[in-house]
Amino acid sequence: MPGILRIAYKLLANDRAKFAALLVGITFAVFLMIQMTSLFSGILRRSSATVINIGASVWVMDPAVQTAANTIPLPDYILDEVRSIPGVKWAVPLYSGVALLKLGDGVYQSASVIGLDDTSLFGRPTLLSGAIDDVYGENAFIAVKDAEFRKLGKPTLGAEFELNDHRGVIVGTARVAASGLFGMPTLYTTYNRAIQYIPNMRFTISYILVEPKTLADVPEIQREVAAAGYLALTKDEFINKISNFYKYQTGMGTNILLMTVISFILGLSISGQTFYTFVIENIEKFGALKAIGAKGSELISIILFEATFVALTGYGLGVGLCALMIWVARLYLPGYAAIITFLNLGLAFVMVVAIAAISSYFGVRKVLRIEPFDIFRS
Amino acid sequence: MKAAIQAVGLNKWFGEGETRTYAVRDVTFEAYFGEMLYVVGPSGSGKTTLLSIISGILRPNTGAVTIEGSAIWDLSADALAEFRLRRIGFVFQDYHLFSRLTTAENVAIPLILQKRAWAQAMKEAEHDLDVVGLKGRAELPPLKLSGGEQQRVAIARAIVTRPDILIFDEPTASLDGDTGRNIVDFVRRHILTSRRCIVIVTHDGRIFDFADRIMQMEDGRLAGIERENLDAR
Ligand SMILES: Nc1ncnc2c1ncn2[C@@H]1O[C@H](COP(=O)(O)OP(=O)(O)OP(=O)(O)O)[C@@H](O)[C@H]1O
Ligand SMILES: [Mg+2]
Repeated sequence: MPGILRIAYKLLANDRAKFAALLVGITFAVFLMIQMTSLFSGILRRSSATVINIGASVWVMDPAVQTAANTIPLPDYILDEVRSIPGVKWAVPLYSGVALLKLGDGVYQSASVIGLDDTSLFGRPTLLSGAIDDVYGENAFIAVKDAEFRKLGKPTLGAEFELNDHRGVIVGTARVAASGLFGMPTLYTTYNRAIQYIPNMRFTISYILVEPKTLADVPEIQREVAAAGYLALTKDEFINKISNFYKYQTGMGTNILLMTVISFILGLSISGQTFYTFVIENIEKFGALKAIGAKGSELISIILFEATFVALTGYGLGVGLCALMIWVARLYLPGYAAIITFLNLGLAFVMVVAIAAISSYFGVRKVLRIEPFDIFRS
Repeated sequence: MKAAIQAVGLNKWFGEGETRTYAVRDVTFEAYFGEMLYVVGPSGSGKTTLLSIISGILRPNTGAVTIEGSAIWDLSADALAEFRLRRIGFVFQDYHLFSRLTTAENVAIPLILQKRAWAQAMKEAEHDLDVVGLKGRAELPPLKLSGGEQQRVAIARAIVTRPDILIFDEPTASLDGDTGRNIVDFVRRHILTSRRCIVIVTHDGRIFDFADRIMQMEDGRLAGIERENLDAR
């Protein structure tokens, strides 16, 4: 490390109190921001859990559907119409609904029930125990081992329960990519059993899952479905639609944005001010350095180095603290929905860089303006 | 006697038009190697302004300063900074030491600015701390030292690059009489050499007897030079 930066580091780190205040400011801001946005990312991901877990490429639904949870049943003839579109390789129905369970010990528990197409079982989860063909057995259900699994009383194979006065039996347990948002356990069964056990309106299909022959067929499928008065979305489009609903229609997005801005301002005001006072306190020394023969660029490098060092250290601490806190939260709340995504990390990083840049801008401006002549005259 | 600094026709004014005031007016003089030259005069007479001009810190409105053949005010800002770093040592009234660095690190700063390797810079700094009589204080923070000792640290920092010209601005103003005299006595005996020129701005009558020449300033003008006893030395 060049000597001048070593000096810069010592000036900074040896001023324990200021250094600590700077780190606390940045760490706290990063922590807040990552915490907020991770929780939001977690919620968004969970809100699309069904879409992610079933994994179909194209979803046909009523145009009024806004989230995966609020399904609007489709008439059966739409399934035939979709199947007759030239670009469609195959299309199957999916049932997604909620049922009230009465567990072995008499406790009531609502559960999300997914009914898979009887012939293809398309969208089936990865089994952890049991065999997939057992789902055709009498009253058979597969329980998903996610954060909510324990709400089913941690059933073993063969465990029985009541579902809307029908008998149900667990024939397997499975793993899925994303757990749901609504704190309900999930059961998989066949489409026909689902619509038979759960009371329905006239129509029963929640979604039609479509596999196009080629990707190029997707726009044509979307056009034809639209002509029939329904909506066909690719998996990513559907996930975006759901995310946008939570972001823009629920006020959640605005709140997260607000919290992010607040954590930015908080971090900036604590760290920026401390850093500025730090520069001001040393201002005559910088003036003396200038008189001795330090060039403007060297003084700038001292300040930039110090700002960057504080920012990166604070960033690391903030990210670490956040990861730790999510980890601890999960120990106590298995359903705690927070995921640190690269986007969250990137956003926080941009924020930290902005804090460092703004703080050092004022420091640099001050330092470049000192006239060593004034140091003599003081 | 060889001239270390030649100042010709220096003028420095502040403000323009009606409000223009001269801080330095028509000043021409030379400072020589091997001498301790004092600049004295009433408050506001332009001593600090003159000192800043001849040390490459404040640009004069007219006139030239030549140090060993180079006209310093013709240099670019960076070249001038480099020139100060290599050729001039500064001792400020308030020392201006970094309290968060050790004494040795403070002294080493000019060497580090000269891109000397860290270990080498520390070695040279510790050596010069010995020279100014502060052996064993290298690792202390400057605030643990007395005022006189801090001024010695500042002197060590000024000489560590072996500059030919040393500029002292009110070096004894923050010290009590005896300490001030001791410092200047020390500088006179150990820092001044025949290849070095020391210019000192001072108010302090108690240290006048260490001067080779005393330049008197009044209202920005050179009012006279006392005790031209150079030849006697
Ligand atoms: N930046 C400036 N703007 C306006 N006037 C200035 C400026 N700097 C110095 N002066 C004026 O120039 C004159 C000389 O100032 P200088 O500081 O050189 O005096 P000095 O002899 O060092 O005084 P002192 O003994 O009080 O330090 C003063 O009248 C001062 O007010
Ligand atoms: Mg002065």
